[in-house]
Amino acid sequence: MKRQKKHSMNFQYKIGCRLENLKGMRDFIQASLKDFVVSEVELSEIILAIDEMCCNRIIYEHKCDENHSLELHIIVPNPKKIIFELQDKAGVFDINKYHDIDIKNLIFEKRKGGLGVKLVKSIMDKIEYISRDGQSVCRMTRRIN
Amino acid sequence: MLQFKQTKENDILILEIIGEIDASSSIELDLTIAKIVDLGATKILIDCSSLEYISSAGLGVFMSYIEEFKEKKLIMILFGMKKKVFHTFEILGLSKILNICETNEEAKKTLNELSI
Repeated sequence: MKRQKKHSMNFQYKIGCRLENLKGMRDFIQASLKDFVVSEVELSEIILAIDEMCCNRIIYEHKCDENHSLELHIIVPNPKKIIFELQDKAGVFDINKYHDIDIKNLIFEKRKGGLGVKLVKSIMDKIEYISRDGQSVCRMTRRIN
Repeated sequence: MLQFKQTKENDILILEIIGEIDASSSIELDLTIAKIVDLGATKILIDCSSLEYISSAGLGVFMSYIEEFKEKKLIMILFGMKKKVFHTFEILGLSKILNICETNEEAKKTLNELSI
């Protein structure tokens, strides 16, 4: 059965900062966007990008402290665009300033990390940082095909 | 939840991955591959047909073994990926660096060719 696109909607979800909560976040995005993003591959890559950003925030800004929280807002202003806002009480790590890594070097050094930021930058069309109500907000925009 | 099933066909070790690999579970994949290598496997097929999701943490595990496998002359081939999972490897170009086949049969054929 062919799914039909919905037009506009807002969603939000909050988790405690532990990696085991990433699955719930992914399931939430899947359930929220299934009527907006028709392509399974496209939806999957969007979920991947948000998962990576949440993971980075949880590990590096919150040190996996479950007493800290991370909130995701999904805004669908029109059928062609989705805005994701990750909001928390922690410092800003601007991935736009993070230089792209060379995968060949990572392989040579047998490293496991370093791929997440590159994935997010490849998947999202725009990444910006703002401050709201004393919290930092990472806003990511993605055009939908 | 992430699960692994191992089977052996002659000198080929087949590892089936069931579930999702993310930052909280990638360590299990790492430990499983390390154990397989410690036990002396030299031809490893990774069955990804029941792999539903992989994040950069999982990609990183596979990536981290590329050099070691080259040094030890081990062959690892991944096969049976769903389109959405394959796309994750594709985004970073890892689909061209790792050995990835569509089917079990193709993976075995490639394994034979690489073993010569």
